[in-house]
Amino acid sequence: MIRLSNVQKTYPARRGSEAHAALRGIDLDIAAGEIVGVIGRSGAGKSTLIRCINLLEMPTSGSVIVDGTDVTALSKRDLPLFRRQLGMVFQHFNLLSSRTVYDNIALPLELAGASKDEIAAAVDPLLPLVGLDDKRDRYPAELSGGQKQRVGIARALSSNPKVLLCDEVTSALDPETTRQILNLLKDINSRLGLTMVVITHEMAVVKALCDRVAVMDSGVIVEEGEVAGIFANPVHATTKSLLADEFIEFRAGTDAGIADRQEG
Amino acid sequence: MFSTLAPILLQATWETLYMVGVSLFLATALGLPLGVLLATSGRGELLEAPLFQKIIGPIVNATRSVPFIILAVAIIPFTRLVVGTSIGTSAAIVPLTVAAIPFIARIIEGAIREVDSGLIEAAQAMGARPLQVVSKVLLPEALPGIIHGLTLTAVTLIGYSAMVGAVGAGGLGDLGIRYGYQRFRPDVMALVVITLIVVVQAVQMLGDRLARKADKRNI
Repeated sequence: MIRLSNVQKTYPARRGSEAHAALRGIDLDIAAGEIVGVIGRSGAGKSTLIRCINLLEMPTSGSVIVDGTDVTALSKRDLPLFRRQLGMVFQHFNLLSSRTVYDNIALPLELAGASKDEIAAAVDPLLPLVGLDDKRDRYPAELSGGQKQRVGIARALSSNPKVLLCDEVTSALDPETTRQILNLLKDINSRLGLTMVVITHEMAVVKALCDRVAVMDSGVIVEEGEVAGIFANPVHATTKSLLADEFIEFRAGTDAGIADRQEG
Repeated sequence: MFSTLAPILLQATWETLYMVGVSLFLATALGLPLGVLLATSGRGELLEAPLFQKIIGPIVNATRSVPFIILAVAIIPFTRLVVGTSIGTSAAIVPLTVAAIPFIARIIEGAIREVDSGLIEAAQAMGARPLQVVSKVLLPEALPGIIHGLTLTAVTLIGYSAMVGAVGAGGLGDLGIRYGYQRFRPDVMALVVITLIVVVQAVQMLGDRLARKADKRNI
């Protein structure tokens, strides 16, 4: 479905900063219907990587093949048409404050020139899918973080994409809401058979959601494989340290959880 | 006394509202696209056009640095070319519009730059073309700021319109100078000042209300 071959991204030198290589030769294959996690610390290049798939960032070199087309060769005119086949969900939701839940979800269809009836036919079934039937005419300012992300997910699905790109979608959410959103994504994957690329810095997200995982460090993929295998037998130091964080967070989480329950 | 003054005052108020209303409308029509371009034409931005930015930026600044009364006199030949005369209420609309265009352009630019860049990225990821990003995302999201800015412009124009009395336009400022000052009628002067206060107050209240209605960020 998606094949990145030797993708490099270098930001040119500017006054006060040297040229920076964010991606240094990425090879990644993602099969249709698969959920692939890309994990790494901040600055590892994972956000740049996901933006090279829908070309919000243009790779300096290498090829990005989506559904058989090398999309780096697309013209400025064709690029928006290609992007409509991919949905993207963001860490900070990026909802339009001036639009209601319904109108936010409708935006990608509006951009594609869909009629009012087509929009209603696509948006109406999405509201119950993400559990927002009763929030249809609310504005984002009236929603909780988890509800905002549900709108973000519904919006990404409304143009019926083949691929869903998730950029740290649970990083601004509390643990319980994170769990709900991950379940929702898992559910969407099994119902709609969507291919998903999930960027995260938390191993727990990978464990809960992904089939395969690629571990990134300093612009390269240092380890890649089935999630179970990576958890059972991590090889690279970065993977080990990310797993160790998870263990600490897990311990902290349970202790805090017990404290909360006692207080409540 | 008031019965003789009332029609004159009413006439002057109407002239002020007419001058300010028409010039605000014209200046918005021209200043809005200019402001959008100023906000989006930088290097690496949505409607990248660095040359435009380099040329228009200084022109906008230059226009804004000229004191209004000097601008109004300096462009008299241009006013004559457009309206056919340089005297009267309609003629005054030309310098008012010319002065308001860069003012509005900078206000629109500022309001658009306030919009979270994440929204632009999200729209592009959805397949929005650059002009769609402007019409569907930037302008609606910047609307409360734009309304505030246009209110500010309207109040400034009311002040400027009092000055164009100097180039033969009517309006409240003209009434205050000719009757209140030159004919030693403090009662007329007081009436003019009170009317101006009421007009400005009303414009500000209307603008605030519209901006609040458009703002869905705090509900």
